[in-house]
Amino acid sequence: MKNVVILGAGTAGTMMSNHLSKRLNDDWEITIVDQRRIHHYQPGYLFIPFGTYTEEDIVKPIEKFIPERANFIQKPILKVDKDNDRVFLEDGEVLNYDVLVIATGTDIAPEEIDGMKGPHWHESVFDFYTLDGAVKLHRALENFDGGHLVVNIAEMPIKCPVAPLEFTFLADAYFEQRGIRDKVKITFVTPMDGAFTKPIASAHLGHLLEEKGIEVVPNFNIMSVDGEGKKIMDYEGKEVDYDLLVAVPTNKGADYVERSGFGDDLNYIPTDKATLQSKVKENIFVIGDATNIPASKAGSVAHFEGEILLENVLRFINGQELKDEFDGHANCFIETGHGKALLIDFNYNHQPVTGTFPFPGIGPLNLLKESRMNHMGKMAFKWIYWNMLITGRHIPFVSPTMSEAGKNFEETNA
Amino acid sequence: METTIAGHDVAVNDEGYLTDLSQWSREVAEAIANEEGIQLTDDHMPVIEYLQEQYRNEVPLSIRKVGKSGVVDIKGFYALFPGGPLKKASRIAGIPKPASCI
Repeated sequence: MKNVVILGAGTAGTMMSNHLSKRLNDDWEITIVDQRRIHHYQPGYLFIPFGTYTEEDIVKPIEKFIPERANFIQKPILKVDKDNDRVFLEDGEVLNYDVLVIATGTDIAPEEIDGMKGPHWHESVFDFYTLDGAVKLHRALENFDGGHLVVNIAEMPIKCPVAPLEFTFLADAYFEQRGIRDKVKITFVTPMDGAFTKPIASAHLGHLLEEKGIEVVPNFNIMSVDGEGKKIMDYEGKEVDYDLLVAVPTNKGADYVERSGFGDDLNYIPTDKATLQSKVKENIFVIGDATNIPASKAGSVAHFEGEILLENVLRFINGQELKDEFDGHANCFIETGHGKALLIDFNYNHQPVTGTFPFPGIGPLNLLKESRMNHMGKMAFKWIYWNMLITGRHIPFVSPTMSEAGKNFEETNA
Repeated sequence: METTIAGHDVAVNDEGYLTDLSQWSREVAEAIANEEGIQLTDDHMPVIEYLQEQYRNEVPLSIRKVGKSGVVDIKGFYALFPGGPLKKASRIAGIPKPASCI
């Protein structure tokens, strides 16, 4: 028997276990490792602070989505011994592999910012990138009757780069619905030079911030949090006071990557951006947020990577040349509040533009434009996620590489 | 669009960032630095070279990452490129400004 070991049973790992179980012949045993027992629908975290979803709406047992022929091991990973093609688990169990697929994602690391962790963590300083953080933020928002809400991005790259902006838009709508919007000041504090950083998106969407009365503090590189004084400081001496801080801390890959000695300084794994083979060793492949490729860290990216990675694992096993096809394709709904959303579709070479999706000239979804249909698409996506995406079924009309049809590229000038 | 900086024909985007790093030279960098109110010195060069190398390797950059690079600490980075160090240093280095996906 030969062994393929998958590390991580989140979006990318679960999907790969399904892809591989359908295509590998009986000579292969498939093992998937994750320390958790529960699969989280992570796009749902965004809606928990506002009470749209509750905890129960976005969790299911991991094992429900692992194919029968794969062996699920619920244990923490100690390290990968790449020279001897084996994985050590924390309890001492050793897994030998012929092919390793790494899908251990990324997580927030609030301890990277001075003063962010402390007695104020999950009291007046919150994250919404964990289920725990999102649930506690929900309680805090319910008890928030006015004051200064600050949303801060610490540094790039982060998982789902549009989520902080979506959170800000949804907060505006939430306070309006509660009738206290005039008592709440909302400020978006970013290390980049604006809330929107791409020229076409800025041109089409810049007005949203002004309309919603959201202030933007650009070029703010957070140095520390003063939890007692309720303010954040940057390296230049700028300060922003808050009553409630919604922090998007530094993101990092899993700790065992560091112990294995092959990650970069944020524990992301050097990976070929077109083939998804690691630069660590030829029998190690990487998918999803765990890579260092210059694509967005998002479930849709993992989904598009999946079909290409499957092909490349099979080619590798058969001694064939790998396909260098992955183009950085991402496709994301962006909530703008009041039952509307935007849709963006982009890749390594093309920034988000206007147009229609997935059918050129027809839609029904509009790119880079607010609509109710886009919001319905986002809400319907939860069903697609559980029933199609992580089970490795092809989503009709949406190709792994980005389609250029139906998009207005003539606007592109940067 | 095409323009001329310090006598060299170069392609830039709307915000004055070079779109082709191969067109970068020290003279071009000095001229861009002047526009940003910075007098380029030898102290700036290791930082610029570090940024270019990271760009070629397609590593996303942040101020904190530069600060941990061993090339310059964050304070020193601000001192060399006051008021938006990563943005200004990227423009002078001939690489794109740090951006998100939208």
